[in-house]
Amino acid sequence: MAAVQDGQVESDAEKETKPDASNDVAGNSSGGARSMSPNAASSASGAAKAAAPTGPGEQQTLLAVLQFLKRSKLLESVDILRREAGLSDELDESQTNDGAAAGSASLLRRVSVGGAAATNIAATTTSKGAEDQPDVSIVLSAYSQQGDPALYQVYYSGLKNFIESVLDCHRAELSQLFYPLFVHMYLELVYNNHEHEAKVFFEKFSGDQECYYRDDLRVLSGLTKKEHMKGNETLLDFRTSKFVLRISRDSYQLLKRHLQERQNNQIWLIIQEHLYIDIFDGMPRSKSQIDSMSGSLAGEARREANKAKVYYGLLKEPEIEVPLDDEDDEAENEEGKPKKKKPKKDNLGSKNKKQDPNAPQQNRIPLPELKDSDKLDKIMSMKEATKKIRLGPDTLPSICFYTFLNAYQGLTSVDVTDDSSLIAGGFADSTVRVWSVTPKKLRKVKSAADLNLIDKEADDVLERIMDEKTASESKILYGHSGPVYGISFSPDRNYLLSSSEDGTVRLWSLQTFTCLVGYKGHNYPVWDTQFSPYGYYFVSGGHDRIARLWATDHYQPLRMFAGHLADITCTHFHPNSNYVATGSADRTVRLWDVLNGNCVRIFSGHKGPIHSLAFSPNGKYVASGATDGRVLLWDIGHGLMIGELKGHTDTVYALKFSRDGEILASGSMDGTVRLWDALKAFDVETDDFTAATGHIHLPDNSQELLLGTYMTKSTPVIHLHFTRRNLLLAAGGYNSQ
Amino acid sequence: MAEERRQKQCSVVMPTESMKAMAESVGVGQLQEDSCVALSEEVSYRIKEIVQDALKFMHHGKRRKLTTNDIDHALKLKNVEPLYGFQSQEFIPFRFASGGGRELHFYEEKEVDLSDIINTPLPRVPLDVSLKAHWLSIDGVQPAIPENPPPAPKEQQKSEFTEPLKVVKPGQEEEGSIQAKGQGATSAEGLGKEKGSIRIKPRSTHELSVEQQLYYKEITEACVGSCEAKRAEALQSIATDPGLYQMLPRFSTFISEGVRVNVVQNNLALLIYLMRMVKALMDNPTLYLEKYLHELIPAVVTCIVSKQLCLRPDVDNHWALRDFAARLMAQSCKTFSTTNNNIQSRITKTFTKSLLDEKTQWTTRYGCIAGLAELGPDVIKTLIIARLSVEGARIKAVMEGPVVSNIDKIGAEHVQSLLLKHCASVIAKTRPLPDVVDQYRTDYGYLGPMLCSHVVKARAQAALQAQQVNRTTLTITQPRPTLTVSQSTLGVSSGPRTPSIIKVPSSLALMSTRPGTPTQPSPPTTKYIVMATSAGAASTQQVITLSSAQSGSPVTSTVPSTPSTLQPLVKLESSSTAGMSRPLQKYIVVSLPSSSSVDSKGSGVLPASTSPISVEQSVKLERSESPAASTQSPH
Repeated sequence: MAAVQDGQVESDAEKETKPDASNDVAGNSSGGARSMSPNAASSASGAAKAAAPTGPGEQQTLLAVLQFLKRSKLLESVDILRREAGLSDELDESQTNDGAAAGSASLLRRVSVGGAAATNIAATTTSKGAEDQPDVSIVLSAYSQQGDPALYQVYYSGLKNFIESVLDCHRAELSQLFYPLFVHMYLELVYNNHEHEAKVFFEKFSGDQECYYRDDLRVLSGLTKKEHMKGNETLLDFRTSKFVLRISRDSYQLLKRHLQERQNNQIWLIIQEHLYIDIFDGMPRSKSQIDSMSGSLAGEARREANKAKVYYGLLKEPEIEVPLDDEDDEAENEEGKPKKKKPKKDNLGSKNKKQDPNAPQQNRIPLPELKDSDKLDKIMSMKEATKKIRLGPDTLPSICFYTFLNAYQGLTSVDVTDDSSLIAGGFADSTVRVWSVTPKKLRKVKSAADLNLIDKEADDVLERIMDEKTASESKILYGHSGPVYGISFSPDRNYLLSSSEDGTVRLWSLQTFTCLVGYKGHNYPVWDTQFSPYGYYFVSGGHDRIARLWATDHYQPLRMFAGHLADITCTHFHPNSNYVATGSADRTVRLWDVLNGNCVRIFSGHKGPIHSLAFSPNGKYVASGATDGRVLLWDIGHGLMIGELKGHTDTVYALKFSRDGEILASGSMDGTVRLWDALKAFDVETDDFTAATGHIHLPDNSQELLLGTYMTKSTPVIHLHFTRRNLLLAAGGYNSQ
Repeated sequence: MAEERRQKQCSVVMPTESMKAMAESVGVGQLQEDSCVALSEEVSYRIKEIVQDALKFMHHGKRRKLTTNDIDHALKLKNVEPLYGFQSQEFIPFRFASGGGRELHFYEEKEVDLSDIINTPLPRVPLDVSLKAHWLSIDGVQPAIPENPPPAPKEQQKSEFTEPLKVVKPGQEEEGSIQAKGQGATSAEGLGKEKGSIRIKPRSTHELSVEQQLYYKEITEACVGSCEAKRAEALQSIATDPGLYQMLPRFSTFISEGVRVNVVQNNLALLIYLMRMVKALMDNPTLYLEKYLHELIPAVVTCIVSKQLCLRPDVDNHWALRDFAARLMAQSCKTFSTTNNNIQSRITKTFTKSLLDEKTQWTTRYGCIAGLAELGPDVIKTLIIARLSVEGARIKAVMEGPVVSNIDKIGAEHVQSLLLKHCASVIAKTRPLPDVVDQYRTDYGYLGPMLCSHVVKARAQAALQAQQVNRTTLTITQPRPTLTVSQSTLGVSSGPRTPSIIKVPSSLALMSTRPGTPTQPSPPTTKYIVMATSAGAASTQQVITLSSAQSGSPVTSTVPSTPSTLQPLVKLESSSTAGMSRPLQKYIVVSLPSSSSVDSKGSGVLPASTSPISVEQSVKLERSESPAASTQSPH
C-alpha cells in the first residue's frame, strides 16, 4: 500500500495508439527517437523522473532506481521494490555487477548509441538524482543540437506563411503548432546563449500566440538566460512532457509534405522530439472546437488517456429501515408519496435499489462500517430528503448568505457540514474557526478526571460527557503556522481536516476541539483537502504537484497521484469514493482511481488555474471552475467536455450541484452567485463519432442556461452548499475595500 | 497595440542605477557597469519568479490584492528567508526622490516620538470575526434589504435614462417592468434580443410597495418634523440607503412642491429642511439623480436668490440658507454638468443676469454672488472681481447715504462681507505683492481698503498653512458655521429668537493629507456629529484624527488647548468605496463646549476654506451602508 503509484497513463498505451502513421513519421514515436543520441538522453532522463513511455523503458527506470537505492545503502527499499516490481534477481545482478558498463547492460545499450555514452548518462542521472534535480541538465541538453540561430525567425515565419496559406479547414488545426513550436524554438535559442536572437524572436512572434497562453508567455519572457532555465519548474514540465496536439490525418500529411519539401529540418526535429501529434481520421476540427479543448500547459489530453473504464455509478445505499413514527407517517402520506414518485422518472436524483451497471463493486475500496450513530444520521438525512424542494428552472432555490465580517481579507476557506449545522472557516492568520449555526452550542468533552466521575451506565451518557461550561457558538482551533487554504468536515461531523501553507494537513476532533494528527508529507503549501463521502479516507493536494490519498489512521499516504504539471489547486472525491478528481494550475482536471492510483481521465480545456470542482450527485458528471471565470462540464463516462458556462467575470471559487442535480450553483470572486440549469446543460446529444473522437461541438447557450445572478455587496463567494432540503447556503468574507 | 505594450512591460528589467545604489547601501562601492547589467537581469528574473509564486498565494487567499505576506510565503517556497517586520495590509507608500543624477524609490520610515504614542489613546481593539446570515435570494428573487446591493445599480438607472428605447416585443412590457425592478435581470434581456420586435420605450413602473410607502411617509415626516434627532436619522437614511431608487421621483416632487409652497409662506425652517434633503439625496452614491434635476435645481436656485425667504428678514438668518443652497448648487454643477445639459453655464448666466440688474434686491444680490462664488475661483475672478467697484459703490450708497430701511442696510452689510470673503482669497493668489491700500482703492473702489486688509490676512494665513503643509497639517481657525435651526423657528414667530447658527469654537486643527490644497480641505460629503460635552473635565489637548482614504495612514496630532476649559474632541474617519470619487465619511464626533461658549462668536474672518459641513446635533449615527459598516473599526 505504501508503494508509490505512478500516475502516468501513457505507459503501455503509446505503442498501440501510435497509428500507422509512425511508419513514415520516423521521429514521432519514441522508438524512432532512440536512433539519435540526444533523444536517447532525453528519453532516459524522462524515464528517471516519471514512467518511461514504453515497457522496456519502465524496466530501465526501475533499474536506475535500484541502482540509486543501492548506492545510497537503502537495501531494504531495494528488496521491497524488487519484490513489488517482480524483477528477476539475475537481471538486477547483471546490472549491478557490471555497474553501468556499456557492453553488459542490455537495456542501457538500447538507450545509448553504440554504448559509449551509457556510462556518462547513468552517472549523470544518478548524481543528479542525488541532488534532487534528477534530470535538468539532461533534459536541457536536448537542446544542444541547433541550427543557425539567425535562421530561426526565417523558419518560423516560413511555417507561419505556409499555415496561413493552407485551406481554411486545415488552418485552424495546424495553427495549434504555433505555440509549442514558438516555445521550444525560443528555449533553444536561450539555451544556446543566443540571448539577443531569442529576444528578437520573442518580440516578433509572441503576439501571434493565443491569448490564453498569456500567463505562460509572461513567464517565458522573463527567462532570458541559460542559467534561468535551471530550477524553473514550468520549463522543466514543458520539456519533460511532450506537448500533445490532435490533428486530422489530412492536415498532418499536408504539414509533413510542406516540411519535407522545404527541408525545414529544424522545425521537423522539434516536432519529432517535443511534440506528440495525435492523428485521427476524419474531418478536421474547427477553430472553436480546438479552442474549447486547448489551453492546458501540455496541450490536449491524448485520446487514449480517457479510454479507461470509469465506474461512475453510485454505491448501493445500505438498507436501513426507517422507523417512522406516527406523525411522520401521516406527513408521508400527505405529501411524501407524490414526491417519492417523481424522482423515479428521471434517474438523476433517485437512488435505485438495483445495482447501477456503472457502479463499482461495493467493496472495491474498503469502506468503514456504519456505526449506530451513522445509521441514525442516515435516517435523519433521509427524512429530511423527503421534505426537500424539487428545484428546476421555475422553482429556484432560496439562498442564505453567510458573511464573515471583520475577517480583514483573511478568510481563505470555508466548509459546511452535510446537515448544515456547522460552518468552519480557515483564515490567513493560521486559525481555524468553527461556528454552530443552529441553536445547539459547541461543547467540549469533559476532562479525563471529570469523565471518571460519570456514571457510564446512564442512558444519557453521551450528554453527560459534555462540559456545559465550554458551550459557545464558535471555537477557535490553533495549530497551523500558515494560512489555512483547505478545510473539510468529516461526514459524521466528528472530525475536521485543514490544510495549510505550512505543508501539513491537520485532523481536528470536534468533540475535544484539539488537534489529533498532523499529516506531514507535502512539505510545500497544501492547497486543498477533502474527506471522502464515506469518511476515513481523505485526499490532499498542493504545491508539490502530487495529490495524496490518506486514511485517518495512517500517518503516511496510501496513494500518491503524480502527473500534474503544476500545483494541484483543488481536490474532490467522487460520490462513490472510488475516484478522486484534482484540478491544477496546469489547467487540466485529472481523475484518479483510488484503487490503483492510475490517472483515468485528463480533461483539458480550461484557460486558467482551476479552483473549484463539483461532482453531480449521480456521479456521472463533473463541473470545474477556473480563474478565467468559466465553468466547464465534463461527462466522466465518455471523457468528454459537454458544456461551457460563461458569465462570471472572475475566478470561480465555488461550485455545487443541488441535491437532485437539477441546478448547478457557482460562486465567484466577482461577488455573484449564479444558478445554472444543469439538466438542460447535460442534455447534449452525442453521436458515436463525437464520443469516439471527443470532438464535441459545444453550443454557446450559457445565457439560456443561466437561471439567475445574485450580486453580493462586496463579498467574494468562496463556498456553496445545498442543505438536505435544497436551500442554498453561500459563504464569503466581506471585503471592505 | 495592447499586445505590444504588454510585451514591453514583460521585458522590464531593473535599472542598473538601482543595483549601484543597493551595492553602496551594503558597502560595495565602484561596481562595474557589466556587473550591474548582469546583476540587474538576474535580479529582475528572480523578482518576477517570486512575484509569480506570490500570485498563487493571492489566488488561494481569495483576494485581488497582492500583500507582503504573499511575497513572504513565496520566498519561503524558494527557501529564502522572508523579510521580517515588513508587513502591511495596506498599500505601501513608496516615495520617489531624485537628485545627483539618480532616481530612487524608497520606503519612508518616519521617526516616531515615543511620547506621542504613549499619549495617544489606545486604538480600539479590532472586532473579532463574526458570522452574519442574510437572504441573498428568496425563491429566486433578491430581496431589497440593506445587506444586498441596490436593486438597480446606478449604471442601470443611467442606461434606462440615457437609452430609453429598448427593444421589447409587444406584449412583453411586463417583462421589462420586472427588469426595472431589478429582478430576473437576465431573462428579460435574453428576450429582448429576439427577432421581430419593435422599439418601444419600456413602461417604467413607480408603484411603491406597502413597505416603501410606509418608509416614504416616515422619512418625509421626519425630515420636516420637529424632532432633530429623528431628522438626522432620516437624512442619514436618505444619504446611504441603497434601495431608494424607486422612491426618487416621489422625493423629488416632494422637495420641489415643498419649496414652492414654503417660499410663498416664507417658512425658512422648512426650506432649510428641504435643502438638507436635497443634500442627502446628492450624497447617496446609489442614486442616479440626473433624471430629476429639472425639479431639484429650480428648488435650489429659489432658495439661493428668492427675494424673501423668511417672515422677518431683519432677524432671521436666511443668509445661511442661501450659502448652503449655493454650495449645493455648486456641487450639483460639479457632479452633473455635462456638455449636453450645460447646467453650469446656464446657472452662471442666470446669476449674472440678475446681478447686473440694477433693481435687484440685496437679498437676491447676495444669493447671486454666493451662487457664483461657490462655482470656483475662476468664476470669482471673471465675474465678481470685475464688478467689485460697481458693487462697492452701491454698498457705499447704502452704508453712507441717507438712512434707508434697516433691511437694506443689513443686506448691504452681508453682501459686503460676502464679497470680501470670496474675493480676498482669490486676489491673494492672483495679485502680485505689495498690497498698497491706495492701489486697491483705485482698482476696487469703495471696498478697496477693506479688501486690502483681508488680502493681507489671507496671505499671512496662506503662508502659515504652507509652512504647516510641510508637516502635512493645517490649522483651520474656524470651521464654517452651518445650518441648524433651533426648534423655536418652527413655532409661531413671536418672542426673541436665538441665533440659529452653531459656531464651532476657534482653533480646531485638522490634518490635511492633500498638501498644496489647503483651501479645500474636505470633500463635500463631510459630516459632523456634534455632541455637547459636560463642562467638567479640563484638559490641555484636543485630538483630531483624520484618516483619509488617500493616504491610508491615520495622522494624529496634539495641539495646545484653547483657552476654554473644555476639550473639543474631533474624530473623523473616512474611507472611500472603490470606484467612487468622493470619500465617504463614516462618522465624526465632535464634542463641543457647553452652550454658552458655543454662542460666543468666533473672531476674525471666515476662512474661505471649508466646504459645506452640516453640523447636526445628534448623538448616534448608524450607517447601514454595508453589512460590515458598523464593524469596520478605525485603524
